[in-house]
Amino acid sequence: MAHGPQPGLSRWLYTTNHKDIGTMYLWFSFAMFLLGGCMALVIRAELFEPGLQIVQPEFFNQMTTMHGLIMVFGAVMPAFVGLANWMIPMMIGAPDMALPRMNNWSFWILPFAFAMLASTLFMEGGAPNFGWTFYAPLSTEYAPPSVTFFIFSIHIMGASSIMGAINIIATILNMRAPGMTLMKMPLFVWTWLITAYLLIAVMPVLAGVVTMMLMDIHFGTSFFSAAGGGDPVLFQHVFWFFGHPEVYIMILPAFGIVSAIIPTFARKPLFGYSSMVYATASIAFLSFIVWAHHMFTVGMPIAGELFFMYATMLIAVPTGVKVFNWVTTMFRGSMTFETPMLFAVAFVILFTIGGFSGLMLSIAPADFQYHDTYFVVAHFHYVLVPGAIFSITAAVYYWLPKWTGNMYNETMGKVHFWLSFIGLNVTFFPMHFVGLAGMPRRIPDYALQFADFNQIASVGAFLFGASQLVFLFNVIRTIQGGKKATDEVWENPEGLEWTVASPAPYHTFSTPPAVR
Amino acid sequence: MATESSYYVPEQSRLPIFATIGLFLIAFGAANWINGGSAYIFFAGSLAMAAVLWFWFSTVIQENMAGLNSDQLKRSYVWGMGWFIFSEVMFFAAFFGALYYIRTFALPWLGGEGDKGSSNMLWQGFENTWPLMVTPDAAVHGDAAKIVGPKAIIDPWHLPLINTLILLASSFTVHVAHVYLKKNKRNAFNLWLTITVALGFAFLYFQAVEYYEAYKHLGLTLESGIYGTTFFMLTGFHGAHVTLGTIMLLIMLLRSVIAQHFRPDDHFGFEAASWYWHFVDVVWVALFIFVYVLGG
Repeated sequence: MAHGPQPGLSRWLYTTNHKDIGTMYLWFSFAMFLLGGCMALVIRAELFEPGLQIVQPEFFNQMTTMHGLIMVFGAVMPAFVGLANWMIPMMIGAPDMALPRMNNWSFWILPFAFAMLASTLFMEGGAPNFGWTFYAPLSTEYAPPSVTFFIFSIHIMGASSIMGAINIIATILNMRAPGMTLMKMPLFVWTWLITAYLLIAVMPVLAGVVTMMLMDIHFGTSFFSAAGGGDPVLFQHVFWFFGHPEVYIMILPAFGIVSAIIPTFARKPLFGYSSMVYATASIAFLSFIVWAHHMFTVGMPIAGELFFMYATMLIAVPTGVKVFNWVTTMFRGSMTFETPMLFAVAFVILFTIGGFSGLMLSIAPADFQYHDTYFVVAHFHYVLVPGAIFSITAAVYYWLPKWTGNMYNETMGKVHFWLSFIGLNVTFFPMHFVGLAGMPRRIPDYALQFADFNQIASVGAFLFGASQLVFLFNVIRTIQGGKKATDEVWENPEGLEWTVASPAPYHTFSTPPAVR
Repeated sequence: MATESSYYVPEQSRLPIFATIGLFLIAFGAANWINGGSAYIFFAGSLAMAAVLWFWFSTVIQENMAGLNSDQLKRSYVWGMGWFIFSEVMFFAAFFGALYYIRTFALPWLGGEGDKGSSNMLWQGFENTWPLMVTPDAAVHGDAAKIVGPKAIIDPWHLPLINTLILLASSFTVHVAHVYLKKNKRNAFNLWLTITVALGFAFLYFQAVEYYEAYKHLGLTLESGIYGTTFFMLTGFHGAHVTLGTIMLLIMLLRSVIAQHFRPDDHFGFEAASWYWHFVDVVWVALFIFVYVLGG
């Protein structure tokens, strides 16, 4: 217990330390972010002009599929788990995660799972090409042989997620310092507790649906085949029963991060703490009863259309509570705009735009027009890029001084922010227009009238991609050295993590701190 | 709420990385095997995984016997097992949900009912029945059909009823064993646990007989349309879980008989296995009702 880290590679392979494992998750996530980002740039390069220039349609389909899978399962989810690993034990005054060896196992599965997934690019018939939602029968009867490897990589990354989530729940429920009651927990801990519950509830359903695919492809079952009495629409129901909670898995921890950062830089306590907790729980509950809003055009009875439409609209209520609370926290605060705060404020504004386009999509009759157009692409990139990615970036800038003991370069941070902010809006805002005008998603070619907006989007995408290198450079420089950070780092931030030294010692809270 | 001051955080461990390699070899090997490659990688992975689990569990047991595990740490294991079982519940929920959707929506629509009944135009002449003895394929293509329904299905009131009684009894016997363990009556514990394990094997035997019957005489197979699909996937995954549960309880029995493990106040390994067993039992009751009785 008393010693520091082991030297060499064995430290990382055999570690049971939540900070080491958190670091590995974050680096892995960033590597996947760059890989998935490069695939996005292939897509944007091809879409720079109408017609086929750079890649074949078959490869274009593999790029859209792999980009989605890698960003969802490889970049966003592991980044949040990495932040949970680093921060939750420090935030609740625990010596480590509840089950440290399983923690290491959860991480190391991921590089293997993604190596297997990425290797499908080099297999005969190519990588999965049926979109990240892998609808049957495209992903069963008409899939390339590599689909089997895709299925098993989903299985083991699901196992990793479930174990990670179990660990987080056990840590939060069992490892809090005396006096740290549930309603005193930082919101990042609360949002992760609820996210972990969602993960355990839906990752097994994902495992179930890929198992059904495996059986249909190789063992003659009829789940998704009408000839045997099954139904391809069944796939969509089971997939989206997983898929909709999944999108909240990718945003709830972001809510927690923003709820930590905004009070610090507004120098006011968070407005409406308990309503934040209840709103998060409500969103999690609603996430289980809205899944078919992804399938309005598939041919559901009218009662189903109406139920899923109204249930979806209800989500705007707790989400509105959150946005109101963040804005009210800033209201009359003495605000400063360091890099984490810039990303957090941009999160509030841009995520709300994504939320509004979501509200538009939730209107079933209108969705018949929007469905499978670039409007949908614009919508979910507005909630995922300035939502998930910006919050992760904000969290890294916010806690990096605590992790490394050094301040990052503020100017470079601001340059990164503004380039990203401009880049992402230039990329994704025009997609609303081409989408409303009828440009379909997942097609490598398009009609001539969409050319202008697509060229703008492609320029923005390369700007956004390049700006991430500034981020990488800044983080590496901060790890190597720089101005020393104080233990508090910021002005009077709230939370136990600011009571320990910067950089945080290898083992923190071996004896639990007193919490008032 | 935590009060203990010394939560045992293990030193560096090689177990997880070996477990990762084992799991990866299983996954990669299974995909390779199913796609027509050799099965060796899969079996190598399975062996590696079994070995890792052996060493992992013995490490935990030794730590516990050395007194390293505080009450707080034991609660972590309790939470861990509880949420693991919840994840298993959700796995089965996916398949039960599929069965519900097929019977309530998909098949009636295929049979021409309701405002989605127009899908019947693709499979004219198909009639919705459950159990589905004539698939849409068979209804349209007759003898040329590729997916043909079963000739008959399993009668719930013979082998499945026996198996229901066996599993319900085993849930009772494992509970009795637990009571005796808490009273520190080792011999009675061993006896009742032995009975439980024997009932587990008996269940698996009858299940195997039932599958043989289905494949050999009834034409009820995985390939016999959606009835066979849901029947074998639900009962098959349940059977796999019974197998795992029986192995768990058998290991607990051997630990008790050979190594004198478990104390009246400290036996979570056994308790976790018995929770798993009760869970498997509850799933069977749901299967018996929704697959066998209401499906026949």
